[in-house]
Amino acid sequence: MRALWGLVGIIAAVVCSMAIAAGIEGSAKRSGFDFMTPETQALQADDMSNPGMLWVLQGEQLWQQSEGRADVACAGCHGDASQTMRGVATRYPAFDEATGRPIDLAGRINSCRGERQQAEPLTPESDALLALTAYVTHQSRGMPITPAIDARLAPFRDNGRRLFQSRIGQLDLSCASCHDDNWGKRLGGSVMPQAHPTGYPLYRLEWQTVGSLQRRLRNCMIGVRAEPFAFGAPELVDLELHLMERARGLRVETPAVRP
Amino acid sequence: MREDPLRVHGLVGRRQFLRAGMTGLLVISLPRWAVARPSLDEAIRTFTGGADVLDGRVRLDLPPLVENGNAVGITVAAESPMTADDHVRRIAVFNEKNPEANVAVFRLGPRSGRATVSTRIRLATSQVVVAVAEMSDGSFWSSRASAIVTLAACIEDLS
Amino acid sequence: MARALVNVPKAARQGEVVEIRAMIAHPMETGYRVGPNGINIPRDIIRRFACTYNGEEVFSADLFPAVSANPFIAFTLVATTSGTIDFTWTDDAGKTQTASAEITVG
Ligand code: HEC
Ligand code: HEC
Repeated sequence: MRALWGLVGIIAAVVCSMAIAAGIEGSAKRSGFDFMTPETQALQADDMSNPGMLWVLQGEQLWQQSEGRADVACAGCHGDASQTMRGVATRYPAFDEATGRPIDLAGRINSCRGERQQAEPLTPESDALLALTAYVTHQSRGMPITPAIDARLAPFRDNGRRLFQSRIGQLDLSCASCHDDNWGKRLGGSVMPQAHPTGYPLYRLEWQTVGSLQRRLRNCMIGVRAEPFAFGAPELVDLELHLMERARGLRVETPAVRP
Repeated sequence: MREDPLRVHGLVGRRQFLRAGMTGLLVISLPRWAVARPSLDEAIRTFTGGADVLDGRVRLDLPPLVENGNAVGITVAAESPMTADDHVRRIAVFNEKNPEANVAVFRLGPRSGRATVSTRIRLATSQVVVAVAEMSDGSFWSSRASAIVTLAACIEDLS
Repeated sequence: MARALVNVPKAARQGEVVEIRAMIAHPMETGYRVGPNGINIPRDIIRRFACTYNGEEVFSADLFPAVSANPFIAFTLVATTSGTIDFTWTDDAGKTQTASAEITVG
C-alpha cells in the first residue's frame, strides 16, 4: 500500500522530467549492488554470509546427481563445471535451434534435463531449477556480460527494447521511465537501480529466498499494476535479451543479494 | 495473477495487517497480535526472573536505517573475561513491536573465549531492540538500540 | 541433503579464539503469515541450534520466529584440541539436520 503511494509520487516525477529514454552508456552503467546500503553489500560480498550460496551449494550437489531414465548426471556429460560452464551465462539468452527462438539459461538447463537426462522438467522458481541455474551462472562470476552476436536474435532483442519502452499498467509507466530516466532517485524506501540483470538468480531480502530474473521482472510489472507475463513467457526472454545488451560489460555477480 | 500470495513484509502479510488494522479500529486500533504479546519489559522480566537489569557491559550493534526488515544483521558483545569463574552464561535479544517479543537466546560459557554473537533478525517495523546478558554471578546487563525500517518497492502483492 | 554452510578454520593454535559461522537453508515460517485462502500458514521454524566440540556442547541457541529465513549465527570458540565440531539444527517437528567440520589444533 505504502509502496503504491511511492509509485504515485513517481508519476509526478516522471511527468515533470522531460528526459528522453536513451539508455545508459559506458561509465554511467552501475550494478544494482552500487545502490544498496553497506550492510546489504556486505551480505553479498562475503560468501559465508550470502544466503544465495546455499542455493549454489545445492546446485553443486545436483550437478553430480544422476537423474532421469538416462540415469546420468550433468557432470556425466559436462564434467567439471568450473571449466565447462565458465563464461556460459555471460552470453545467454542464446538462440535455440529446436524452437527457433531465444532460450534463457534456465530453459537451456531444463532442455538438457528433458532431452539428455530424460527426466521431468523442473518447475519455474523451484529450488532445484534455481539452484542449478545459480550454480551454472556462478561459474561466470566476475566475468563481463558479453551477449552473443547472432543475427537471429536481433528481432527478439528489438521486441525486448520495445517492451522496455512501452507504457504499461494502471500507473502508465514504462520500464524506461524508472530505470533509464529516473535511476538513482528514491521510490518510497528504495533507490531505483538501472535494472541490470547482473546477479540472477539472486537472494532478495523481500522474498526471503532466491528467485529468478523473471520473478523480479514480474514484480516490477505488478508494481505498476500491469498484468505480469507468465513464467516462461517469450516476452520475458525478449526483455532479458534487451537487459543483457543494456548491461554489456558489467560483471556477473551471481548469487547477488538485493533488498 | 498474484504469483505469490504468501508474500509478506517482515512477519505479517500486508493484507492481514490491513485487515487486522481495519477491524481493529473498532476495538483498539491495533492488530490482534500487538495486543496479545507481552511488552518488551515483561519479556525481559520473564528472562531475568525479575532481577534488576543494569545498563552497560553489553554492546548491541544494529544498523540505524534498515533497507528491508526481513534480514537485519545484529551483533551483541558483552564485556567479560570468559573464565570459569567469570563469564557470560546467556545473551538474549528482544524486540519491541514484532508479534513476539523474543528473538533468540544464546548459551555461552568459558569455552566461548569471547562473548560475541551475530545473527540476522526480522523487524516488522521501526522499533527498539534490546540485548540482555546474564553473567555467571547472576547479574544482568543490557543495551538497547533502535532501527528505522523502510519498505521495499515493486513487491509481489500490493493489496 | 542438508543445505548448510559452516565456517570453521582448518587450523588454529591451542588457546586461540576462533570465529565460527553457520547458516542453513530454512524458511523460518513465522506462523503469522496468511496463505492464499486466508488461512494461516503454520509455523515451521528452526527452534534450536547447538554446537558440540568433540562431543561436548559448547554453544547453543533458542530461536524464535523473529530470526530471519535461512538462519545465520556467528560466535566464537576456544581452540582446545584437534577434533570435530558438529552443528545441529532442530525444527518445530523435532527433525534435525547436521553438519560438521574438522579443526587441527597445534
Ligand atoms: C547426456 C549428456 C548431457 C547431460 C546429462 C546434460 N547435458 Fe547439458 N548439454 C549437452 C550437450 C551435448 C550440449 C550442447 C548441445 C546442445 O545445445 O544441446 C549441452 C548444453 C548445455 C548447456 C549450454 C552450454 C552452452 O555453451 O550454451 C548448459 C548450460 C547445460 N547443457 C547444462 C546442463 C545441466 C545443468 C545438466 C544437468 C541438469 C545437463 N546439461 C545435462 C549434453 C548433456
Ligand atoms: C515505478 C518504477 C519502476 C518501473 C516502472 C519498473 N521498475 Fe524495475 N525496479 C524498480 C525499483 C524501485 C527496483 C528496486 C527494487 C527494490 O528495491 O524494491 C527495481 C528493480 C528492477 C530490477 C532488478 C535490478 C537488480 O539489481 O537486480 C530489474 C531487472 C528491473 N527492475 C526491471 C524492470 C523492468 C523490465 C521493468 C518494466 C517491465 C521495470 N523494472 C519497471 C522500479 C521500477
